[in-house]
Amino acid sequence: MNFSVLTSQFWSLMLSGISLGLIYVLIALGYTMVYGVLRLINFANSEIFMVGTFAVVFAETGLTGNALDSEPLKGIQLILTLGLAMLIAMAASGFTAVMVEILAYRRLRARGSNRLASLISAIGMSIALSEAASVLTHARPQSNPRLLEKTSLGEIAGANFRVDTVLVLVAAIVMFLLLDRFVNKTRVGIAIRAVSMSEENAKLMGVNLNRVISVTFLVGGIMTGAAAFLFMTVYETTKFNVGFSLGLAAFTAAVLGGIGNLRGAFWGGITLGILETMSAAVLGSQWKAVTVFVVLVLVLLVRPNGLFGEAVQQARA
Amino acid sequence: MRLEIKDLHVFYGKIEAIKGISVVVNPGEIVTLIGANGAGKTTTLKTISGLRPVASGSITFDGQDISKMPAHDRVALGISQAPEGRGIFPGMSVLENLEIGKYFRKDRKHEMKEDLEKVYHLFPRLKERAFQAGGTLSGGEQQMLAIGRALMARPKVLLLDEPSMGLAPMMIANIFKIITEINTELGTTILLVEQNAQQALQRAHRAYVLETGHVVKEAKASDLLNDPDVRAAYLGTGAGAH
Ligand SMILES: Nc1ncnc2c1ncn2[C@@H]1O[C@H](COP(=O)(O)OP(=O)(O)O)[C@@H](O)[C@H]1O
Ligand SMILES: [Mg+2]
Repeated sequence: MNFSVLTSQFWSLMLSGISLGLIYVLIALGYTMVYGVLRLINFANSEIFMVGTFAVVFAETGLTGNALDSEPLKGIQLILTLGLAMLIAMAASGFTAVMVEILAYRRLRARGSNRLASLISAIGMSIALSEAASVLTHARPQSNPRLLEKTSLGEIAGANFRVDTVLVLVAAIVMFLLLDRFVNKTRVGIAIRAVSMSEENAKLMGVNLNRVISVTFLVGGIMTGAAAFLFMTVYETTKFNVGFSLGLAAFTAAVLGGIGNLRGAFWGGITLGILETMSAAVLGSQWKAVTVFVVLVLVLLVRPNGLFGEAVQQARA
Repeated sequence: MRLEIKDLHVFYGKIEAIKGISVVVNPGEIVTLIGANGAGKTTTLKTISGLRPVASGSITFDGQDISKMPAHDRVALGISQAPEGRGIFPGMSVLENLEIGKYFRKDRKHEMKEDLEKVYHLFPRLKERAFQAGGTLSGGEQQMLAIGRALMARPKVLLLDEPSMGLAPMMIANIFKIITEINTELGTTILLVEQNAQQALQRAHRAYVLETGHVVKEAKASDLLNDPDVRAAYLGTGAGAH
């Protein structure tokens, strides 16, 4: 154990923790949006993330071709390529999320099946997607080309602001704010909030439930896809089971903040990112997953409504 | 704009809650459905709104069979409901609650102001409370909000499920007065479900008495007010009470 790093490298660890946490936040939003409207934990969200990471590999490899061998991308060309890769990841994850809903949940809902059936269907979907990815990739890790040289932009209090770290900070916060605005200000967003408060009463307002649910999965998937892009930009490698640990951490983040609550997912993700990074520094990185589990169990035991104990329906503009 | 229910059967699982009722609501009428707790009043309204599936029988609106139409399309057709328990969205402001009443109208911006004014005119209290969270209103105010929200959709038929439930006598009188106003001034047809039979029968044109999923009586409301069976069972002043 090495507690001295907590003081000697405090701000550096905080920065890593926050940027990891922000990736959790975006995935957690996928869980939380769906939970808000359906009271269902979409276990397949970790695989929706996995699909996003593979989309990044395909997109970035495809977009650059062999150009990388000659010269790294620069300026506007780099920004466009990264932006396009991010859009493709968001589209792939968003599409997968919508398909998961239609294939795994919609029929069960129409038949009035109970929640347990949906939960089992969710787990089934999660396994099916990750196994399919395993077969297609021969269970081998896949890497994306490094488009963004990880140069340092400067140091503040010992924390090194690398270009990719800053990209994560900015992109994740922008995505979060866009979602918050969407849910609170747009017509469909208000319908999502209405459904999360009462499905029946939302229908009485003329809300098309299936459409709102599709939009919710789409938006949650898009957030998860953005997370996949940022993850690949920082870590540069993925595998069919990448969603397992990331998904578990993001789910923990969502529960920590109070599942169903957007702002809860935000603070839950950042808190977990920091806790995980600090504990890895003190105890060694093999303890990362343990930290996540311990946090999950503690929250479920002590504060099952999460730290913020407020559901999405109370989210105010 | 005639709403007609013919030989309607509705189930909860294997339990039959509505056992073949027929009800007609003519344009411009206030029709009331009275009956004891568990008679099937709420189930009837939910089925008209499309929240419960029709097992057999039919619901027609303006001659069109709507038995299988999704709930949200029925709102667009002109059927709105202020449900039992009011169904306010607690985390939304009063204004947002009213605005969502117009959700299905794509061009709603144009009409929004006009309809808000109309609702505020009926319920001035709602204007004072416009930016307060719906969940913080009193029971009576929530009922006003539920009715106002249903009116935002410019319904042809307004379904009201026990608007007087749990309210103080003053507020009950006020709500019933406004129900009559909605009918006479806005010309809205109303199907009113009530356990407060006295008030409902005084306000309605015609009435149906529901018992365990059957219609056991159907008459002019004023006639039922003087019907000895009805007085005994629902008004607490029947022959047996003398
Ligand atoms: N969600 C439900 N599940 C099962 N049975 C129900 C449900 N809701 C109502 N019922 C039953 O249906 C019957 C009619 O209920 P309801 O329509 O609520 O009556 P009312 O509104 O006249 O009090 C009752 O016997 C009630 O127990
Ligand atoms: Mg009832």
